[in-house]
Amino acid sequence: METKFFHHALRVLENQCIGCTHCMKVCPTGAIRVIEGLARINDNRCVDCGMCLRSCPVKAIIVEQDDFSRIFKYKHRVALIPAVLIGQFPEEVPTPLITSILFELGFNKVVEVETGVSLLKEAMEKYLADDTHPRPLISSFCPAIVRLIQVRFPALVDNIMLLKPPLDITALAIREELHKTGATDDEIGIFYVTPCAAKIAAIKSPVGEKESPVTGVINMDTMYNKIYRVIKAGKEDHCVVPENEPLEKFAIRWTLTHGEANNFEGRCLAIDEIHNVIDFLEKIENEDITNIDFLELRACDQSCAGGVLVQGNRFLVRERLRKRARKESRKNNSGFSPLITANESFLREHLGLEKLEPRPLVHLTGEPADALKKMEISKMALKCLPHLDCGACGTPSCEFLANDIAMGIGSIRQCFYISRLLEKQQVLNPDEAFHTLCHIWGEDKIREERWNANFHHLNELIEKENNLNKSNDDESKRIG
Amino acid sequence: MKLRFHVEGGDFSNAGAASSEVKKLLKQINVPSEIVKRIVVALYEAEVNIVAHAYEGDIEVDIQADRIDALLSDRGPGIADIELAMQEGYSTASPKVREMGFGAGMGLPNIRKNTDVLNIESTPGKGTNVSFTVFFQTKS
Repeated sequence: METKFFHHALRVLENQCIGCTHCMKVCPTGAIRVIEGLARINDNRCVDCGMCLRSCPVKAIIVEQDDFSRIFKYKHRVALIPAVLIGQFPEEVPTPLITSILFELGFNKVVEVETGVSLLKEAMEKYLADDTHPRPLISSFCPAIVRLIQVRFPALVDNIMLLKPPLDITALAIREELHKTGATDDEIGIFYVTPCAAKIAAIKSPVGEKESPVTGVINMDTMYNKIYRVIKAGKEDHCVVPENEPLEKFAIRWTLTHGEANNFEGRCLAIDEIHNVIDFLEKIENEDITNIDFLELRACDQSCAGGVLVQGNRFLVRERLRKRARKESRKNNSGFSPLITANESFLREHLGLEKLEPRPLVHLTGEPADALKKMEISKMALKCLPHLDCGACGTPSCEFLANDIAMGIGSIRQCFYISRLLEKQQVLNPDEAFHTLCHIWGEDKIREERWNANFHHLNELIEKENNLNKSNDDESKRIG
Repeated sequence: MKLRFHVEGGDFSNAGAASSEVKKLLKQINVPSEIVKRIVVALYEAEVNIVAHAYEGDIEVDIQADRIDALLSDRGPGIADIELAMQEGYSTASPKVREMGFGAGMGLPNIRKNTDVLNIESTPGKGTNVSFTVFFQTKS
């Protein structure tokens, strides 16, 4: 029995999923199988990167979020918003307007996530200067990457910087600040507006800390709709709210690609998009690439601007944030923001993460000796398979099917190509082959929807096809 | 389980293919990650040595329940003085090449550091055989 490690925010809507295999094929950890016509996500393999959601043609994969009305349970309702939220609106929509609207929606405090970045940046500089840490140091910023390393690159877990991401630092500062006014934890509701699923998972089951200082999450697309509706309603005066001090340039850019890497000395690289990250980490793990000091790795293309819940085009979001950094920022090195300064010593004490544990993916279970036997079966199966990686068997590739067979959870008959061959050789009777088909694609779908209901179309199509072939033949005879 | 790979001398763009494949298999059979790392580093160094110095070579890898045996045999110039080549920092690379960051003389010492048993036999003018074993359990 595998132990369940992570909470996941990604859910498959069973009544919507058509079992089309798109998600299965893009999943970077091979976590998805199609069984009985539905995509199933293996919890221990999933790193919440959201590639599946992005690829789904019928929007059957969703990100679970907290009900918006939950904010009203708390006396202090804080909206913790990342820069990319503001980046989604055109330049004509200024930051203070968005803050005002958030107040009107029910919050009574709005803080930008990147408020804590200046303190983190300083801590990262110190961390990088300390030679006792292994190289390359990998940023802990993107929770999908942290989990990816835990499951796919366990040997690199110790390279992850044990520093909290800005989200946690800023949330801690808010909480501490409110504590000073006498507020208790059950009165404080800090709600993070998330651009991705990974951040939700990180809040619900944190890695490297016992409990997240964030109370709940609201998906960015939900928030975008709420804010947009208010703007569209065209109300002239909005409530006046205390203005936050502007962020530093580097803080505004922090969540974009190079947002971290550009700030440090030495060889610092920024890599975005999870498959690119995997390619690079393979090389780092082999020591094929060496002498790198720092790696900023982000699961999404264009980093958080390309988050699965970000409504705007990622390149435009990036452009908007860069412009904002030029216009609305305050000087770098102008000291921490008041919220951070007021809680500096507390935050410094709580900046670190606990040691991270590797959680290697289980491919073939058992001790190496057992696993080796399974591996031999897997190799044998792979030799029989057509290497088409078509996904029709319900696994991401021939290699995955071979592994599933070796693990006793898959059958060679799942392969369309093989089952045709077996039918021809009369090893497999058509009923058995059909049964396997039903297991992958779901009996309901095959029997009723796709076969019976469409059967007359099928006959009609075959007739048309025959006619076409015939006229093509006639044509070629004439030419010949 | 036995695996074979062929390596072409001078084909730097494909160097590392064998070690990547072996790494994938070792991870799948749950060999501890620190051991996988040692094996991959040793195999990669040895593989690149063929690419860099020999005309061609073959790699035979045998993965067993408790260990991996690797034999890399190449047809190439061979090593005149193995003992010397095993010294850290000894390199046949010219100073100019070294300035560019290549040929630091760490190849063979790195293989020795990461393997439990290592044998190198070489006939100058003919070729070199490198064989090594790494056990999956760390010896306590």
